[in-house]
Amino acid sequence: MTQTTTDQAGRPTLATSGHGHAAPKAPRRRGRFSWHRVNYAAGAGAFLWLVIVVVPLYILVASTVQSRADYLDKGPISLPSDPNLDSYQNVLEGDFPRYLLNTVIVTVACAAIAVVLSVMVAYSVVRTRSRLSRGIFQAFLLGLAIPAQAVIIPVFWIITKLQLYDTLLAIILPTAAFSLPVSVLILVGTMRDIEEELYESMALDGASPARMLLQLAVPMSRAGISTVAVFSALTAWNGFLFPLILTQSPENRVLTLGLYDFVGEFRVDIPSLLAAVVLSMLPIFTAYLFARRQLINGLMGVGGR
Amino acid sequence: MKAASSASPRTGRPGIAWAIPGVLYFVFFAGVPLVMVFYLSFTDWDGLANPHWVGGENWSKLWDDQRMRDAIWLSVLLTVLSWAVQTPLALLLGVWAAGKQRNRAVLSAIFFLPLLASSVALGLLWKTIFDSNLGLMAQISDWFNLDNADPLGSESGALWVIVFVSAWQWVPFHTLIYQGGARQIPRSFYDAASIDGAGTVRQFFTITLPQLRNTIVTSSVLMVVGALTYFDTVLIITRGGPGDATTIVPYLMYKEGFDSFNLGYASAVAVALVVVATAVSLLMVRLTGFSRMRSTREGM
Repeated sequence: MTQTTTDQAGRPTLATSGHGHAAPKAPRRRGRFSWHRVNYAAGAGAFLWLVIVVVPLYILVASTVQSRADYLDKGPISLPSDPNLDSYQNVLEGDFPRYLLNTVIVTVACAAIAVVLSVMVAYSVVRTRSRLSRGIFQAFLLGLAIPAQAVIIPVFWIITKLQLYDTLLAIILPTAAFSLPVSVLILVGTMRDIEEELYESMALDGASPARMLLQLAVPMSRAGISTVAVFSALTAWNGFLFPLILTQSPENRVLTLGLYDFVGEFRVDIPSLLAAVVLSMLPIFTAYLFARRQLINGLMGVGGR
Repeated sequence: MKAASSASPRTGRPGIAWAIPGVLYFVFFAGVPLVMVFYLSFTDWDGLANPHWVGGENWSKLWDDQRMRDAIWLSVLLTVLSWAVQTPLALLLGVWAAGKQRNRAVLSAIFFLPLLASSVALGLLWKTIFDSNLGLMAQISDWFNLDNADPLGSESGALWVIVFVSAWQWVPFHTLIYQGGARQIPRSFYDAASIDGAGTVRQFFTITLPQLRNTIVTSSVLMVVGALTYFDTVLIITRGGPGDATTIVPYLMYKEGFDSFNLGYASAVAVALVVVATAVSLLMVRLTGFSRMRSTREGM
């Protein structure tokens, strides 16, 4: 009984795992004649948007490879006359590596916490006979609607009381907590698709819940788990509000906060400032080249919160 | 029944205990603070000493605060403008990107790039571009012999910059939603329409748009709630200025709380923000029907 009701509640998940089989079997083709007409208009619109997306990114990269004097002289859109990597060297010789290390620590920790906890919650919600399962699922559904800004003041209080203010843990704990709702929704969707018979055959062998989780549920939800990992990592990597409010010293600064501070440090050295921006985006853009599908699925989670 | 099922060797089902660490953790950092922010809104707190109870003082102050009224008005304005700019763009791009052609897949991959960067990184990029002395704006006004164009220096200009930058950042996300929605529309609808001689534009308005109704609701709810909580972009690009021209509600909260350390008063602003955001999303969902919204989200 409980199982069927939670099944219904389980539907409004972000069901990112379904990305593959949700796609249509065949490309949508329109009438032969109108086909060409739409191509021109839509193509022109898409090209326009391409320009709007690419020009700022070009300016970003082009600005970083010219000297400060060149930038002041010629402005951002000109081709750099004497491209060099001085501004990158500038940034890398500063505090950037430390911020990068902090960000990596925060990102890995958040992804690990989010994955472990949401796997356990989702497994329990999907498989348990307890009547509480529906309530727990709906609590996370509601949790989705809590904006981090709305609770930042009490979180600041809690972190101070725990004497964690200005530590990396101060960033990690709330950041991971706020990626839990989306993670749980994604994994509940994935785990619900695992067939009952598989569990039953394991049960016949006398498998414990823990063994079923590790040998059946986890391997079968790899897609959902990687989506959750990417989503929570991306949230942590790009997170700004928690670091801004909950840390202070340069030792515990993450990249986003570091960038925010570079504005003062490099005041008019715009090439160096933008080089820092490029370097902060580089790891994710690189990952995008190799794991586009997972990143896009994770991104759906980012906006969903 | 609970105890029996959690240890039942026959079914090997997990108990609810498996969920408890995650639930407690989330409640501690999100549920409890949500209750605490209500409590704090009735206190006076500077962030150092302990908060002390002042009753409804913050709330009566909030009610009379002209800055709060301006902030609400600006938030509403920003939300409406963002919706009006982002929805048509994302809708058209999403329907276009739903096609499986190779060139569309390649272009879509580029379109999604802005989504990967943090608001801080993008904020800095755009701040530089709009800079009236050094940026692209200066160069453009040079080319056209204009007086120095300084969008960030004027009140309406600054607001439009925020609208533009957040559109640049978030249109790709909503494009993804519409792409997913458009791919759910059965191809047979279009085949039938073209047999009847309906052109592409007509098909868009009679098939695509009505079929995407629920997707539009999903995307709009996310867009509206997102716009109510724009904060990073405002902090980086305009710092609420010029004057208070872009001091939207979340920024006012930040300024009160962490610039002036009136954390009790800032909590009242935060509560107002929660109430408005929840009311808006509930209203939109209620008006359009949540159950129908589900089916579109599944396709994502």
